[in-house]
This record gives sequence, structure tokens and C-alpha cells, in this order.
Amino acid sequence: MKIELKEIHKHYGPVKANNGVSLCVEPGTIHGILGENGAGKSTLMKILSGFSRKTSGAIVLNEQRQEYQTPAQATRLGIGMLYQDPLDFPSLTVLDNFMLGRKKNPEQSRADLNDELLGLCQSFGFCLVPSQLLKILTVGERQQLEILRLLALGIEVLILDEPTTGISAYQKEILFQALNTMTSAGKSVILVSHKLEDVESLCHKVTVLRKGRVSGEMVQPFDTDTLLTMMFGTPPRPPSRQPQTPGEILLSLEGVSAKGGRLGLRDCNFQARESEIVGLAGLEGSGQSVFLRTAAGLIRPRSGSIHFRHENLTGRDYHHFSKKGLAFQPTDRLEEGLVGDLTIAEHFAVQDQKQGLFLDRTRAASQAGRSIEKFKIMGRRESTAESLSGGNQQRLLLSFLPQKPALLLLENPTRGLDLESAHWVWEHLQVYSEAGTGIVFSSSELDEILMVAHRVLVFFNGRIIKDVAADQTDVNALGRALAGKV
Amino acid sequence: METRPTAHIGWLRLGGELLVALGAVSTFTILILVLSGAPPFAAIAQIIKGSLGSWSKFAHVVKAWIPLTLCGMGLLYTFRIGLWNIGIEGQVIAGAILTTAIVKLGLDSGNPQLFLALAIGFGAVGGAIWAILAGWLKTKGGVHEIFAGLGLNFVAQGIALWLIFGPWKRPGVASMSGTEVFPPEFWLPYLAHGRICLPGLALAFFAIVFTAVTLRYARFGLNLKAIGSNRVAAYLFGLKPDRCMLLAMVFAGAFAGIAGSLQVTAVYHRLIPAISSNYGYLALLVVMLSNYNIAAVPAVAFFFACLNVGSIQLPMVLKIDSSLSGVIQGALVLATLAMQAWRARRKRERETV
Repeated sequence: MKIELKEIHKHYGPVKANNGVSLCVEPGTIHGILGENGAGKSTLMKILSGFSRKTSGAIVLNEQRQEYQTPAQATRLGIGMLYQDPLDFPSLTVLDNFMLGRKKNPEQSRADLNDELLGLCQSFGFCLVPSQLLKILTVGERQQLEILRLLALGIEVLILDEPTTGISAYQKEILFQALNTMTSAGKSVILVSHKLEDVESLCHKVTVLRKGRVSGEMVQPFDTDTLLTMMFGTPPRPPSRQPQTPGEILLSLEGVSAKGGRLGLRDCNFQARESEIVGLAGLEGSGQSVFLRTAAGLIRPRSGSIHFRHENLTGRDYHHFSKKGLAFQPTDRLEEGLVGDLTIAEHFAVQDQKQGLFLDRTRAASQAGRSIEKFKIMGRRESTAESLSGGNQQRLLLSFLPQKPALLLLENPTRGLDLESAHWVWEHLQVYSEAGTGIVFSSSELDEILMVAHRVLVFFNGRIIKDVAADQTDVNALGRALAGKV
Repeated sequence: METRPTAHIGWLRLGGELLVALGAVSTFTILILVLSGAPPFAAIAQIIKGSLGSWSKFAHVVKAWIPLTLCGMGLLYTFRIGLWNIGIEGQVIAGAILTTAIVKLGLDSGNPQLFLALAIGFGAVGGAIWAILAGWLKTKGGVHEIFAGLGLNFVAQGIALWLIFGPWKRPGVASMSGTEVFPPEFWLPYLAHGRICLPGLALAFFAIVFTAVTLRYARFGLNLKAIGSNRVAAYLFGLKPDRCMLLAMVFAGAFAGIAGSLQVTAVYHRLIPAISSNYGYLALLVVMLSNYNIAAVPAVAFFFACLNVGSIQLPMVLKIDSSLSGVIQGALVLATLAMQAWRARRKRERETV
């Protein structure tokens, strides 16, 4: 089936997730959709699969314009999607899951469907046992089942959203073979990914999205550097990195593994030093935030050891770490960093170090007043945290940092901030660094990392796969590592 | 200090919402009366007459208001930290049991005042212990406080029944009417005219003032609110969510225990199977309808106390089946939940504007 998307727009309030995307998928090909996090890939595919509605634009299937509202309608038209997180029923058997969404057919018994499933498994080289409960299957096997289920429903186009995240290399090989089998039978495949390696080895044609628009297209053979430029844009602005000589070792992690997120954290070795700013790069969920939280004592490591100034702190909690002079700030400001219902003054009252039975609201109010002035927060002492804008919430959060912290662990400290606010944040943080504070921060912007960090770690599938001085690397090399190519 | 410009608007809104809520509850009740074939206005007149019609009826209302208010104050701590302390019912019973035990110990001591005071103190301890059990199950065992609380309610009720029919049965006969009545010197003093128990009333007012001060001015009050609205952030600010939850449970349990204690020492003068009179559950409704506002709780508690006392004689006077008051209580629960949903929706709408 030939698929054409014409001028697709998807707006969430003021946010334009898709801003006029057009592309064409030829029948019998594997078409890659490439782009960094938040480029609009998943949004576009959810529109094509009927999961969400477009704001405007047209979907043309085999020269016919189609309007549909639900995934079921899309499936009837021949479009099926394999979601990033499998949408299946873990407590049912493999066969039950396979039968889901089928029109009831009195001619077909359970045994017939069982045979059909086994037949499909054979033709694709999958090894599934129909009577097994789904929950004991691996992610890769659940994907296989979902693909077979969609094929049995008669789909002509299969959309896969980041299918190689969380599956083994062997299963990836089987998956890729299956996709090639499908296209040789005339079906089309759309592969959404941010992994260059996968896209390059599999796709016939690639469309790159960036900030909700198509930033380029390319057919085989692919040129990695060109694709990277399309994905991440022009090289970053001249860096304003402050030269620092790193001091004593503050925090050291040895062979640390931890659970959390999708992939957890595996076997990490790392040392943070005084005055050094370390940027953590990686696609979202590659282990950076598990890393930061483990280093802060918020997640207990499964193995390995954590030392702070040569003192073993493995297994201690965050409160213990923070007494040693370490501070962590999360990315989700309203989810984890601030209490939405509390006013700015109350935030200071809650954190008041002076203990005692009663609140000193006057003291908290004057503290709040000083911070509002110093951090240029657009709000009043009695404004609630949730009434502030994102940038002001971030400023408020920064105003909570202790006077002389030894080490700051910051998760995406500038996420969602406009350029001006982001620069303000970094000017502020660099003052800390000059005074000897070590800073470790994660960011989804390579530009930002190269601009301020002295050292860069790249995370991929829960591991640190690159640890390099910032002045010895560039955006292309980092982008390559981001996609798993060291 | 800082005055919120919106403060008086907030009060107006709360007052308005409260009127709508109580109106909804009344309408619901009337509807049920109509459906069951009873004359609704005669019934309402009867409820008003039955609760406020005479000094002695009013005294009965106060008798119901005291435990409702005490439990309501206790629940403010747990609601504020985001806990559903449905185990408050069991905490009332636990308080009543421990109180009875202390009074029984003191029967031959010749010092009733001391033992009465001790009994109320231990009532608070009993409720607190029962609450800590639920708190531990929650913080250490990961058992949801609703299930832990419900389970402990059954256990407390079971222990009360066992005591009444076993170790503490009346000489010769064990019966649903409870343990043997204490001698009058072990009754909390009350006004001869109308039987209003002043020490009980004093305890209820103390609970209101204490809670108001704690929630507004104490560090603990703000900590409760911070943890209740964002546990992770509160932890990052250095607060200890688990410890605070246990402490909130202790406060709730202690006030509920005092309520149970007063049921024994001031109302029934013995332990009876239905010693809690379901005031714990009713207090949950009271606090929800008050929108967790401390100033509204005593007023709403008074409304429910009137309803409770006023409807006692409905079956006799209007020849309505006595199960109807149960139906009315059920309707109240529904009306309260409907109010909650309505409030939540209005809040969402205000936020999206």
C-alpha cells in the first residue's frame, strides 16, 4: 500500500508537535523515520495509526483520502502499529492475545486459530508457545506476537515505534529478517527510531524530523554525517566553557548497577571532581536519570560501591548524602521538585534548617523575599509554586540550593526553558563551579552540554559507552555515540 | 503578615459550596422519603423537632457532636498527609476498650477521679496504638491504609465482642447490652439538667483549638501538607515522609481514642458492642463535606448530629420502617461523593480557564 501524508499538523495548545509534515511511503519498502526525542516522530505515527487525531492535513492511502478516528478503523484500512511499550494483556495466554480484535467467525474454532498462529510463527521463524502466559515472555517475544496478530488481521502497513529498545541482539536479527520477509511479500514497513545503526542497516529510504518538521530525506546508501546534521541541526554556538582545573575527587562510583527506568543502570564507573562540570548525554531513558538518582542515594544500587570523599556511602539514603554536601534536583519540577500547593514562602519554611516546634513564617517570608529578588523570580511570596511559569519554577528550585554545596546532581536543569532563562541558569551554576562545587547534569541538548561541560559521558542502553573531555569531541562524534556507535 | 487578597473570596466560595452540599444531602434525603411513601415535610419537621425541639433533645445532639468532632479533627491530620484513615472506626473502639479496662482496674481503688482521668488518657493511647498498627502496615509493609484500616476495624470489633461475651461478661449473663454498668462515681460528670457532659465538651473544643494551631502554626502542620501534596519533593527537602505519616496516624488515633473513651465514660458507662455508633465512618463524611477545612468541620458535624438524633424517632412517629435511617445514611454517602466529584470538576475547570 502506498501511503502519503500531506501537511500534517498536530498542536497541543501552543506546542506544535507536528508542524506541516509531508512524506510518502512506497509499497514494499521499509521507510525510516529518524529524529531526536521530541522531534515529533511518535506523534506522527500515532496519527497514522488512528491513536490520536491530527489538527489538520490529509492522509492518502492508495490515492484515496481517508479519515479515521480509532486504531480499529486504521487496522481495517490495513494500518497496524507496534507501540513502544507493548499494549497487550500480560495475564492472558499467547493465543488469547493473538485472538484479540478478531471478528467472531463461527467457522473458526480455537484450534484453528492455534494452527494459524503456529503457521505464522513458522513462516517468520518465531518460537512462540500458544498456551504460555504472556507475562513470562520477553519484550522481543511480545513484539513478535503483536506483529503476527496485526498480520492476521490483514494489515498492509506495519509501523514500529523504537522496536529495538530493550530487546536482545539475537531478537533484533530475527525481527529484521521478519521485516524483510514482509516487504518481499509487498507489505510496507515504517520504522521509527533514533538509532542510526538500525535505520541504516534496514531502511530503503529515511525521512528525518526535527522540531516537528521534515528536515531532510535520504535514500540508500546513507551518509551518517548528513543524517546527523539533519537530526541535530547545525553545529553548536561557540562554547563559553569556563576553564577549570578539576580538584579533589568528590564522588566515585565503582561497578554500580541499579534498577529503574526501562533499562536500569549497568556497571558504571565514574568519578566527579571539585570544580568540574560533567554533562550526561544520551537519548531519554538511556540510564542518565537512574545514574543521577543512584549517585544521590535516591536509588539503592544492586551492586557496586559509592564513595564520597573516600567515605563509603553505599546503601545510604539521600538525606545522608545531602548532609555530606551533595544536592540533587529533579527534572520534573512540579512532579518531584516543588510542592504545587505550597507558596514560595512556605517552601522556604519547610526547608528552614532552624528546628523547633513552630514555624517561623516571618523568617521564611524574608528569605523568600530575598530569593525572589536575587533569582529574579516573577512571583510573590504568597504565589503557589504551580502558578509560576516553568522558567520561574526552575529559578525557585535553584534558589533552594545550599550556599556551598560540594556536588550538585542536576537532572535536565534547563529543560523547557527559553534560551535566555537557560543562559541565566548556567551563569548562576558556573559561579558555583568556580567556587569549587562539582556539577553533574543531564541534558537532551548536545549543544548545551558542549557549551558548558568540561567532560561528557554518553549513556546508551543503561551503560556509559563514552567518557571524554568536552574539548576533544564534537557534536557529530557525540551524536554517533548517542545512537550506539562509538 | 501576608494577607491573601483572595482569602475572603475563598471563604465565600467555601460557604457557598457547603450550602450546596448540605442542600444536596437534604434533597437526597427528601427524595428517598418521598419514594418510600413518607410525607417528606412532616419528616423534616420531625427531624428538626427531634433534634432541636427541646433542651434534652439538644443534649443528645451534643452527645453525638462530641465524638464526631473529635474524630473529624483527627482525620484532618491524616487527610492532610494524603492518608485515608478509614481505620478510625477501629481506633474509636480500641480507645473504648482500653478505657473500660482502666475503669475496671480502678473500681475498687477508691479514687474514681484519678482513674477516670487515666482511663481517658489510655483511651487516647489505645486509639493511637491501633492507628500505628495501620501506619506500620502502610509504611513498612506496603499495605494500603484503607485495607489495613478496614481489617483492623474488624479485629477491634471482634475483640470488643469477645470481651463483652467472655472475660467482661455480666455476672451470670452475657448479652448484647454490654458489660456491667459502672457505678455512678465512675461516670464523667454532666449537667444535671439535660445531661450535657462538660468535660467531654471541653475535650472537643480543646481538640479544635489544638488542631487549628498545629495545622496553621506548627512545623508539623506544614510538613503534613507538603508531604501530602508531593511526597518526592518533600523528601528531597529533607522531610521524612514515613515518620510524618506515623505521627499523623498517632494524632488521628489519639483523638478517635478519646472519642471512644467518652462513649464509655460519658454516654454508655459500660462497653457495648456498638460502642463507636459508626461515628468514625460518619466523621469521614463530615470532613470530606467540609472540604478538609477545620472551621467547617464542627458546623457540618453539628448538622450530621442533628440528622442522626432527629431521625431516631422517625419510625415511631411516622410509621416508617426503621431501616429507612440506614437508607438515609447511604444516601448521605452518595451525596458526599457526588459533592466531591463536583468540587474536583470545578477545580479542574477553574484551572483550565
